[in-house]
Amino acid sequence: MNDIITMVIKRLGLGLLTIIVISLLIFVGVEALPGDLAEAILGQDATPETVAAFRKELKLDLPPHVRYFSWLGSFAKGDLGNSLANGRPVADLIEWRFANTMFLASSAAVIAVPLAVILGLLAALYRDTLFDKTISTTTLSAISFPEFFVAYILIALLSVKIVIFPSISNINDQMPFWHKIHAIILPSLTLTFIVTAHMMRQTRAAVINVLASSYIEMARLKGLKRMRVIVMHAFPNALSPVINVIALNLAYLVVGVVIVEVVFVYPGLGQLLVDSVAKRDIPVVQASGLIFAAVYISLNLLADILSILSNPRLLHPKSK
Amino acid sequence: MALTKLLRQSPLSARIGLAMILLNIFAAIFVPVIAPYGETEIVADVWLPSSMDHLLGTDHLGRDMFTRLLYGARNTIAIAFVTTLLSFFIGSLIGFFAAVVGGWTELTVSRIVDILMAFPTLIFALMALSVLGTSVISLIMVIAVLDSTRVFRLSRAVAMDINVMEFVEAARLRGEGILWVMRKEILPNAMPPLVAEFGLRFCFVFLFIASLSFLGLGIQPPTADWGGMVRENAGAITFGILTPLWPAGAIAFLTVGVNLVVDWFLKIASGLKD
Repeated sequence: MNDIITMVIKRLGLGLLTIIVISLLIFVGVEALPGDLAEAILGQDATPETVAAFRKELKLDLPPHVRYFSWLGSFAKGDLGNSLANGRPVADLIEWRFANTMFLASSAAVIAVPLAVILGLLAALYRDTLFDKTISTTTLSAISFPEFFVAYILIALLSVKIVIFPSISNINDQMPFWHKIHAIILPSLTLTFIVTAHMMRQTRAAVINVLASSYIEMARLKGLKRMRVIVMHAFPNALSPVINVIALNLAYLVVGVVIVEVVFVYPGLGQLLVDSVAKRDIPVVQASGLIFAAVYISLNLLADILSILSNPRLLHPKSK
Repeated sequence: MALTKLLRQSPLSARIGLAMILLNIFAAIFVPVIAPYGETEIVADVWLPSSMDHLLGTDHLGRDMFTRLLYGARNTIAIAFVTTLLSFFIGSLIGFFAAVVGGWTELTVSRIVDILMAFPTLIFALMALSVLGTSVISLIMVIAVLDSTRVFRLSRAVAMDINVMEFVEAARLRGEGILWVMRKEILPNAMPPLVAEFGLRFCFVFLFIASLSFLGLGIQPPTADWGGMVRENAGAITFGILTPLWPAGAIAFLTVGVNLVVDWFLKIASGLKD
């Protein structure tokens, strides 16, 4: 048990370190910006006074290392600074959009995870049959499609040809739950389609890998029933890779949401991030980017920890 | 020849994939000859349906969609190809170097790459582009550097295996330098896995650039580019006009083709196990 706790703490530390290093990279990146940020944003005809006031507002008049730590400190306290575009606090802009993004991502995950695992298992068990080949070809094409291609096909079919779902997913807090669900059906389907394809392929590969191992062959040669081989011998060993696949794809889902949000003009964090990149609204980009990264890194961490918990052999990696 | 023999044994899916890629390359090379109009030439009314004059209709400014699609093939594929090449150059150079030198250098570089890889690439690229501004050069640089981390992983692993072979040791004892060992001993032996990986990375880079252009942060208009063309014409879809599906479909078409071929390569590389 102690081994596991040490391992979890180690991984958490590593994740935190990653985020800190990345925040430092972002900070240095902004520092290295050609010219002065204040002049770049205020334009040519800004008076020296407004430039000075703006620099003070952004704390550009302090030395870099002081600024970095004060930025990190206020970030930890939940003060994300103000948007350059409209002066509103970044935290206000981000809060409900982040909730919207998580709502969309989890709606897709709820369908995609069970569907992908079942399809992947079936494809692995009935390998090289027509069923498996159909599924493999479909998913190979699906993972090659850009998200927006799937999205626009769905819009053309389900929003224009047959008018049942809106092509613009506008939601707000006052809407009843079912109206919200109705509004996000199309973006959610798009995400489900793409993520299921990825997850299913990896599940299939993981299960086939287990089925190819010698203890499974041994169990079969002993004359055990097919069901018993799968449930007692294959399943416990396939669990670890499959859990890993799920968590990794959820991480992918959180990032894949960006493009889908833009297609459906969904008021989420991804849409905000893309808009702010175009406007070069750096405080908003930094904050929303770091939030995306933190969720992504946490899910990856979770993947690591869960797969080690379900397969204790990974606690003692063989040294190469 | 070995190549023709390999092709004759190839499965149908790989042949279809190859044909799809060749069609795209053909279009990209011979655009000026095939294209009926100019890249940015306004020739008719906006969003016309398909006709004999305009095979795929016209776009949001009244430019010929078929022409734009062909020029898009040239621009999009060329930029993705250059980016992938650059990514392989950076990734394999550092990867081989880390493997051959070993010790602290290898450990430090590997840790840095681990940290970079832990960060979602799309988010990283968006943040980098907000700082650097959007231009084709910064796009290529950002994506190549981000993608080279994957190439680094593979080339380091492959080079580590080769590095312990007798012929490398012999070269070392002869007194050859690090660069010579990397170029003459490691590179030729690391080629097969790197080539299969090239297809995969190209797909990834190509989709990545298309996505960024779709978000309006990649290749800028009026240059014809598939991702950007989807964005420009996206509004048409709500009127039941399918114009934006052409460039989006073209992106899907090429990636499916490359994936079919890569799938076959990977099967050969893994010794026909699966």
